[in-house]
Amino acid sequence: MKSAKKVQKNYPVYKAESIAGKKAGDIADRKSGRSAGLWAITCSLFTVLALVSCGPSGGGDSGKKLPIMGFREAVTTVIDGKEVTDTVYHQIPEFEFLNQDSILVSNEFFENSVYVANFFFTHCPSICPTMQRNLLAVYQEYLDDNRVKFLSHSIDFKYDSPSVLKNYADRLGVVNDQWQFVTGSKAEIYGMAEQYMVYAQEEAAAPGGYEHSGYFVLIDQNRHIRGAYDGTSKEQIEILRKDLKILLQEH
Amino acid sequence: MSKVPVLILLAATYLLIVTCQGCQGGLDIKTAQYYTNGHQLYSTHCANCHGDKGEGLGLLYPPLTDSGYLTENRSALPGIVQHGMSGEITVSGEKYNMEMPANPQLSVVEIAYILTYVTNSFGNKSGVFSEEEVLENLPDYLTPSQIPSHSKLEKSAF
Repeated sequence: MKSAKKVQKNYPVYKAESIAGKKAGDIADRKSGRSAGLWAITCSLFTVLALVSCGPSGGGDSGKKLPIMGFREAVTTVIDGKEVTDTVYHQIPEFEFLNQDSILVSNEFFENSVYVANFFFTHCPSICPTMQRNLLAVYQEYLDDNRVKFLSHSIDFKYDSPSVLKNYADRLGVVNDQWQFVTGSKAEIYGMAEQYMVYAQEEAAAPGGYEHSGYFVLIDQNRHIRGAYDGTSKEQIEILRKDLKILLQEH
Repeated sequence: MSKVPVLILLAATYLLIVTCQGCQGGLDIKTAQYYTNGHQLYSTHCANCHGDKGEGLGLLYPPLTDSGYLTENRSALPGIVQHGMSGEITVSGEKYNMEMPANPQLSVVEIAYILTYVTNSFGNKSGVFSEEEVLENLPDYLTPSQIPSHSKLEKSAF
């Protein structure tokens, strides 16, 4: 289909440091970023002029749509002799991790659902209890609704073995496989955190030995990032609830 | 003739009631002060695991609604707040076995505030938890300046 491919230009929508640092908050606040602002202005203009819809994926002029976050680039391909330029969005790469039942779980498990991902560790004394309490409430709202899944990555690759994760999940009140708790090598998990734009680092001075940010990252069926929410903030959880409903309407 | 003793008795009862209410009023003000300060500290140091309403979190972190546990273990409470806790405990009929971190940065009066708040919230009601009572049950109490610096990191930001 694609006879020739040439990367025309890179458009880093968010500055590079947003990816690594705790600045995921800037991403969560879609009104704060310059590019997000521009996007919003463009959208309003389009709406006012009653042209085609403002959503990046087109279609649907009634309901609100969530933005697609992260790096994007315009890729020009030549199809049937014509140059076609399309936007390629940041996508969570394929993955495979060991879960709380000592079974390998991959991106295929999440294929037909949207999911909320976060990073935590079982004996984390700082933000995790509040984060997991808040995520548990959302999990319970969608219990047995397989359109929504949950994925908690442990950043304590030394201690959080599958059996530790299993005990934690059971005691937290997780009763089915809709919420996966996974472990992997340090490189795998920390590399994945970067893909989700969540900060995670081993840090001896931090409570519990790890420093990380408590973002819930909303992922769609195409493994695109559609939202990031501070998992310790009740207000942000309310936004996640609303955004989840919006995202589910897309499918 | 016979009405005089009755009147005296009534007067005495009235005085007793007024005096008692006076005492309790004083106690209530102290309890209220400690309770209010404790609420603030509870939100900062305890609610993360034990919840805003003392409900705990699943079977990971125990609730603080078991008045029986709090009463039976009252003398151990200051030590638990300051030093943390490990090992299995039974609260409200459920077993919990997650390590509770220490809070070495808390002063005696702050522990008193927190314990006054906890033992008078979430369905508990046992009056003020005084600084004296905290100190009595913390024989090895170290002031924050006596604590080795490495253990102060509990408070560092996340």
